[in-house]
Amino acid sequence: MLARRIIPCLDVKDGKVVKGVQFVGHEVLGDAVDMALRYRDEGADELVLYDITASAEGRTVDYNWVRDIARALDIPFCVAGGIRSGEQAVKCLNSGADKVSINSPALERPDLINELAEMAGSQCVVVGVDSRELDGDYYVHQYSGDPDKIRAAGRRTLDWVVEARDRGAGEIVLNCMNQDGVRKGYDIRQLKLVRDLIDIPLVASGGAGAVEHFTKVFEQADVSGALAASVFHKKIIHIPDLKRDLQTAGIAVRL
Amino acid sequence: MSRVAVIEIGCANTASVLFALERLGAEAVLSSDANEIAAAERVVLPGVGAAGFAMSRIRELGLYDTIRALKQPLLGVCLGQQLLFDSSEEGDVDCLGLIPGKVVKMDAPKPLVVPHMGWNQLEAVAEDPLTQGLNAGDYAYFVHSFVCPVTEHTLVQSTYGQPFAAMVRKDNVWGCQFHPERSSAAGAKILENFLRV
Repeated sequence: MLARRIIPCLDVKDGKVVKGVQFVGHEVLGDAVDMALRYRDEGADELVLYDITASAEGRTVDYNWVRDIARALDIPFCVAGGIRSGEQAVKCLNSGADKVSINSPALERPDLINELAEMAGSQCVVVGVDSRELDGDYYVHQYSGDPDKIRAAGRRTLDWVVEARDRGAGEIVLNCMNQDGVRKGYDIRQLKLVRDLIDIPLVASGGAGAVEHFTKVFEQADVSGALAASVFHKKIIHIPDLKRDLQTAGIAVRL
Repeated sequence: MSRVAVIEIGCANTASVLFALERLGAEAVLSSDANEIAAAERVVLPGVGAAGFAMSRIRELGLYDTIRALKQPLLGVCLGQQLLFDSSEEGDVDCLGLIPGKVVKMDAPKPLVVPHMGWNQLEAVAEDPLTQGLNAGDYAYFVHSFVCPVTEHTLVQSTYGQPFAAMVRKDNVWGCQFHPERSSAAGAKILENFLRV
């Protein structure tokens, strides 16, 4: 049986994992390679490494740390942050990343999705969608990493995920912004709506705070994976315990 | 230790195969040079992306006959396994013809999603030098939308919507549909076994 994936997301700056969003006052949590291996040992199924400096500084990912992680890691990982061209994505994949995730650049220039899918194959192309509920519907936001730049992208989430799929995305990570950082659970309703619309893997993001949130999102929204950051970094949830509880609840996980 | 040529055909993800072999102490090189590949002790054919593109690259690089003539152990990984077969429905293309059968589009009706992406279990593991230490129920990391048929050459089967060949073998030629380089302990075991055959 295909296992549901548990995916820690690490914010990386200059090869170090940092806590919080960008700007001043980063707390360094550890070396990116060490932390990636620690999560591997704990049973993470996949990692997302988000290069926070890349997007904030308008440059692309530094491929040396991607290479260092690829050298050490024996589970799949996805690199996000600052990828704006097919060439950059291919460089990143050639450095050993399994997938690349694009978000704001795909909204600026949707053809980027087609280009990446043609150059590297859909299975390498993840489209990240930051979505916020407004008056009963859901709208895509961009530049969400920067409070000064964040804005509505002028697209309905339910339209954008279908367009992204049609353009060749191999997976969607839906970050439900109303839930983000609140730890009150994933946005089941929104995830379910998206899940019913697309036939490619969907990963839930935003809102994980307790084990039952994971159980619920797999059972009710039928997502392929669940992404979380702070609950893992702050050791509120320990991945081996989470997976055992999911298994007890009858959810297929890799133990 | 063993010298391995990892065939570089211009598809992504070759680096991770190279790194996995290096972690096991093998001397591995990326190569698209026919002589270098023919002279290696072992050869890995990795690949992600589309079968049609990969086969045209193999022909452009003049590697079609080289790969078919290899007598040393050859391991196809992911798309590399699919290329070992006679043909693929993906782009309706003739492949290397080292293993009989046709690769077909995955039949994964709703609510299943395609690609088949993630960790799935190995079933019906046959005895083979490459499957030493592997057990039914072990998880491996898959990413694919086309499947190789279950035949007499199937070593390991998996199921997603339908049963398919997760590992194959014929003579000196092996294939893994999943990514051993991304399949943690089970994947390392297979690569370690490959470095010993």
